[in-house]
Amino acid sequence: MTTVAAQVKKLTMIQAITDAMKTMMKEDDSVLILGEDVGINGGVFRATEGLIEEFGDERVVDTPLAESGIVGTSVGLAVNGFKPICEMQFFGFIYPAFNQLITHATRMRQRSLGRYTVPMVIRAPYGAGVKAPEIHSDSVEALFTHIPGLKVVTPSNPYDAKGLLIASIEDPDPVLFIEPMRCYRTGRTQVPDEKYAVELGKAATVKEGTDVTILTWGAMVQDTVKAVEKWEAGKDASCEIIDLRTLYPLDKETIRKSVEKTGRAVVVHEAPETGGVSGDVISLINDAAFFYLKAPVQKVTGFDTPVPVYSLELDYLPSAQKIIHAVEQTLQY
Amino acid sequence: MEKQFPIVQYVDEDGQLVKDDARLDKEQLYQFYRAMLRARMMDKKCLNLQRQGRIGTYVQYEGQEAAQVGSALAVEDGDWMFPTYRDHAATMTFGHSLTNLFLYWKGRLEGSIPPEGKNIFPPAVPIASQLLHATGTAWAEKKKKSDRVSIAYFGDGATSEGDFHEGLNFASVFNIPVVFFNQNNGYAISVPMEKQMKSKTIAQKGLAYDIPSIRVDGNDILAVYFETEKAVERARSGGGPTLIEAVTWRYGAHTTADDPSKYRNQQESDQRRQTTDPILRIERLLNNQGWWNEAAVKEMQEEITDEMNDALQASESVEKPDLNQLFDNVFAEPTWTIEEQRMKHNRISKEVGQ
Ligand SMILES: Cc1ncc(C[n+]2csc(CCOP(=O)(O)OP(=O)(O)O)c2C)c(N)n1
Repeated sequence: MTTVAAQVKKLTMIQAITDAMKTMMKEDDSVLILGEDVGINGGVFRATEGLIEEFGDERVVDTPLAESGIVGTSVGLAVNGFKPICEMQFFGFIYPAFNQLITHATRMRQRSLGRYTVPMVIRAPYGAGVKAPEIHSDSVEALFTHIPGLKVVTPSNPYDAKGLLIASIEDPDPVLFIEPMRCYRTGRTQVPDEKYAVELGKAATVKEGTDVTILTWGAMVQDTVKAVEKWEAGKDASCEIIDLRTLYPLDKETIRKSVEKTGRAVVVHEAPETGGVSGDVISLINDAAFFYLKAPVQKVTGFDTPVPVYSLELDYLPSAQKIIHAVEQTLQY
Repeated sequence: MEKQFPIVQYVDEDGQLVKDDARLDKEQLYQFYRAMLRARMMDKKCLNLQRQGRIGTYVQYEGQEAAQVGSALAVEDGDWMFPTYRDHAATMTFGHSLTNLFLYWKGRLEGSIPPEGKNIFPPAVPIASQLLHATGTAWAEKKKKSDRVSIAYFGDGATSEGDFHEGLNFASVFNIPVVFFNQNNGYAISVPMEKQMKSKTIAQKGLAYDIPSIRVDGNDILAVYFETEKAVERARSGGGPTLIEAVTWRYGAHTTADDPSKYRNQQESDQRRQTTDPILRIERLLNNQGWWNEAAVKEMQEEITDEMNDALQASESVEKPDLNQLFDNVFAEPTWTIEEQRMKHNRISKEVGQ
């Protein structure tokens, strides 16, 4: 056997996602892809590009246009030995499949006391800022973090995208893998050729800092980094930025340690405010680091309104100004 | 459409054979009879237990025994069965244990667990959702190049749900070995067929998907058995899905929590007991063949009573599960959230003395 030094190449997030699926399909014959236009067309975002040529239409399946059908039949496939990766064309079109997900996929393990299990991944592009039509940009991760039996994962860069998707495919339970559309093609990073996993349930410290912890995910990670870098120039305060990466289960330790260190926290997400994941993050901070807090935790979020179509979508998204405003608020205490 | 989809009958209401080429052997008839009797006795038992408060709300099927039992006898070990809340006559015929059935109605997860080697899904509660699981599971069998098939049970109301249509469409497009077994008992809770759909038959819905579809007399176990067997055979040999509409009737309420006199004339049910009853029909057939054996039937009843009593006793001696069971099997490995909630619950329940 010859060993080859690990190869790395620069990939966009969408390429890294393709690479993850390809890696797993090569390794494990039971991995299948099901979705609308995932075959010849390679998916509307090209996430499955080239896969039907390599693996054939028995493994990369262009299904009828029916989300409940995709997820429901995948429950059967998963119980019976396969590992389906379901592509929802957009996160906003997962609603017809919600029933299958909540009433079957995520509770089959318990309903059958472990006899039947559903190792399946649902991938869905999400988030505003790409001028998509109505419904396409919904950011409804909190609907899913509330479902018992489901892990919810979202990458913010190509390296994580590959590693998190591989870990999701290898997970023995259903995983919802939501992909911030805005990050699909903005920038390339080094992605190893080989198989590697980024553990689910672990956040990443994107940037170290001493005075305020900012907790965020998805496309808001890059926005936050940019806003903070600009703001920090010439200030003697600094922010620590944490990319949560997995929204259920949250990484309690990383959150606790960071807030213990900084004593201040801001949660940033583009999803609507009420009932958002921010509520869980703040409750976790209360539980784990209350006595370290120097200021109430702030949140910067979207509104409790439908995600607007593009004339207003940038106003809907948390802006750099709003993020910095919240940081400064916490510093005033 | 009713002409295009005539109701297939093998034995008429008087117990006369109406199909010349029907295979008939005494032993098999007695097997059918016994399985239906067992199903009916079990249903009655559960109804009584519910009235005594020994099990929870119960979903009865009396009147539908031929449909459930006949179809269940047509599938084999290794095949997959997808029941609804009403199809325990099918599951017990396929091999589900009576003890577990009692446990199920006592609200125990253990009750959904089929015996080793039997592929029976937990009963589906959301209407029509199981049709997709049956399709997916059979799709997996097809991919594995086995000859195993799925049978999915559902009611007339279920055909209005999207999952019914998505299930048929997927099965048709990918030529999946699945038998869609409909029990048309005329009602979806209070809503009669004619308010559920304008189509006169359910079988005709298969036309749109190019799926071979038939209507059978759901109270004629021979018709149900032999026609399901054909569908299973077609599926096994690569011929794809079939839709079977078994036209039947349930005498009782939708569930023990419901009062049927509010939405239907119960006189009709009483009348049907005298005429179209599936068990009476096979008794008449046995009689007409000169095969009726009073003593054998009595012995059967006694055996079934003993079996039920043993199962009931076994189910009642199973201890109440610890609440900790709830935290198991949510994920393969519990997340920290679940572990923490488990510990907190155990700590607080000790503190408050529960
Ligand atoms: C998705 C969904 N909606 C509503 C219900 C409540 N419900 C339970 S049974 C039933 C009627 C079902 O009728 P049918 O499919 O004809 O089956 P039957 O009970 O007659 O066997 C309804 C509406 C449900 N269980 N699932």
